[in-house]
Amino acid sequence: MPNTILVIGEISKGNLRKVSIEAISEARRITDRIGGSLQVLLMGEHLDTAAGKAAEFGADTLILADDPRLANYLPDTWSTIAADVIQTNHPAYILIGSTTTGRDLAACLAARLDAPLAMDCVASRWENENFVITRPMYGGKVLADIVLEGTPRIIVNRANFFQAVARKNSVNLIRYEGPIPTSKLSLDDVQREASARPELTEADIIVSGGRGMGGPDFGILEKLADVLGAAVGASRSAVDEGWRPVSDQVGQTGKVVSPNLYIACGISGAIQHFAGMQTSKVIVAINKDPEAPIFAKADYGVVGDLFEVVPAMTEEIERLKAGQ
Amino acid sequence: MNIVVLLKQVPSTDSLIEPTSDKRSIKTADLKWVINPYDEFAVEEAIRVREAKGGTVTIVTIGEAKAVEAVRTALAMGADKAVLVQDPACAEMDGLGVAEVLATVVSGIQPDLILAGQRAVDDENWLVPAAVAHRLDMPCISLVIGQQIEGDTIVCKRTIEGGIATIRAKLPVVITTQRGLNEPRYASLQGVMKAKKKPLDTVKLADIGLSPKSAKSRILALKHPPARTAGKLIPGATTVEKAKELVRLLHEEARVI
Ligand SMILES: Cc1cc2nc3c(=O)[nH]c(=O)nc-3n(C[C@H](O)[C@H](O)[C@H](O)COP(=O)(O)OP(=O)(O)OC[C@H]3O[C@@H](n4cnc5c(N)ncnc54)[C@H](O)[C@@H]3O)c2cc1C
Ligand SMILES: Nc1ncnc2c1ncn2[C@@H]1O[C@H](COP(=O)(O)O)[C@@H](O)[C@H]1O
Repeated sequence: MPNTILVIGEISKGNLRKVSIEAISEARRITDRIGGSLQVLLMGEHLDTAAGKAAEFGADTLILADDPRLANYLPDTWSTIAADVIQTNHPAYILIGSTTTGRDLAACLAARLDAPLAMDCVASRWENENFVITRPMYGGKVLADIVLEGTPRIIVNRANFFQAVARKNSVNLIRYEGPIPTSKLSLDDVQREASARPELTEADIIVSGGRGMGGPDFGILEKLADVLGAAVGASRSAVDEGWRPVSDQVGQTGKVVSPNLYIACGISGAIQHFAGMQTSKVIVAINKDPEAPIFAKADYGVVGDLFEVVPAMTEEIERLKAGQ
Repeated sequence: MNIVVLLKQVPSTDSLIEPTSDKRSIKTADLKWVINPYDEFAVEEAIRVREAKGGTVTIVTIGEAKAVEAVRTALAMGADKAVLVQDPACAEMDGLGVAEVLATVVSGIQPDLILAGQRAVDDENWLVPAAVAHRLDMPCISLVIGQQIEGDTIVCKRTIEGGIATIRAKLPVVITTQRGLNEPRYASLQGVMKAKKKPLDTVKLADIGLSPKSAKSRILALKHPPARTAGKLIPGATTVEKAKELVRLLHEEARVI
């Protein structure tokens, strides 16, 4: 029987998430190597735009579970549908993007299928016939090369690590016609922040503030973030002070991020913070203390008062963008 | 209420982690060991639920002999009793194997509520609570920042990508913790004294009728991520000059803006 490789994609604001596109590209590379067919399963409602996107990145088959009852993630309902698809097609690999939902779903599936799981993978390679996956442990202080034994192997890929490569294919579209199982959980309410900024884990650029912000007004960072199309993050101290929500915390016990550019403003560079952003491509530190440990790890350091440096940067970037 | 906390002992987050020479594990000699920070929230929340509703808080841990310290700390915080599964075979297990052992221990307790950390900050599997829940046929609500129990129903606020969801379920359930749920208490001196007399069972796999299950996830090698070194300090007589130079370098040299 030919191999099947399955990606379970995630929808955000009507479109396929970037991390899901990266999962599809990685799955395409695996499919090309071992042969077989790449399936993408989407669950949610109004899936057409996302489905179109999945097709642009090399899906052979799209399975759409498009139903208003799937508008919000519920672990048992979603994992039952996914397990149904998996038991029909017996994929060798399952790829899922690392988001709050993706991790939860992956864990449920691993438990249900008694299948090996590699959470938050950042790289992969073939060693002969072994698919070796690299994933961080200890808050990114070490990287582990691991192999998974048995099928299906569930791989959760972290955003911004696997290259997305467009690839046109002729796609076979399947509508999921199975039952939508009821959940043991009921959703009373969902509140989403109305932010137009990208999410931390997927952002190309992050501007983060620490205790050096001195208070809850992150206005100058938000302004810089907006001219850059960036997300705004925070150190744990800024969260503990109540200046920013827990979901903004970057670090070993917060979110682990890997943007192209990480701008740390008034952050000293504690080991737990560094663990969460050390794989950023370029790190900029703005700190008034020339002895701050963060300067030892930053590609570019500015010794100065962030309340002067940040607005001056914003102005300069606006000028740069206007001239382009 | 029968409340269970799944608690793991991990190296403290300020530890430097060094792979061993065979690269299969880490050097443990100089590490400071603590309760997994997310499991501390679980212990605190469990005690609060018991304070409000009555009942018993049982700590369940799989770990080596030294894990007794973490368990005792949880008892000193106010948990009532503990089971420590201490068996050399457990060291070889992956998250699925750990979950099987935990579920076997917990099923004997018949819990109304199981609290666990969202992740252990050593292996970071993000797996064990969901797998325990599956084995016990309970729903799992992850990343909880607030909960309220009325009768046989629990209502949880959980963080989702870019927001907060409110979820309702009938007990028993498994919930995992998110920062913001509570502020864990310190163990008082009196608590520490009391903890010494609280029941702590140490069991082996054979005692609970299990034989070790082989891991499906195998570590080939641990290594350090590429080291980062200090880069350029941006020169400039004034802040504005520095800011301009920084933007120029980010644009022309690093090409990230
Ligand atoms: C179990 C545990 C888990 C943790 N997990 C995390 C985590 O996930 N993420 C995390 O971030 N931390 C975490 N921490 C906390 C961490 O140890 C540090 O305490 C925290 O990162 C410090 O935050 P900070 O850099 O904002 O504050 P500080 O260390 O107080 O640094 C503030 C910096 O701002 C600078 N500054 C002040 N004013 C200005 C100004 N006007 N202009 C420019 N610079 C200025 C100062 O020079 C200083 O360097 C954890 C700690 C523990 C114990
Ligand atoms: N060895 C263990 N003993 C007890 N609880 C554990 C153990 N391993 C994991 N857990 C629980 O499962 C949570 C998530 O762990 P993990 O899936 O390994 O990231 C932890 O925060 C604990 O609550």
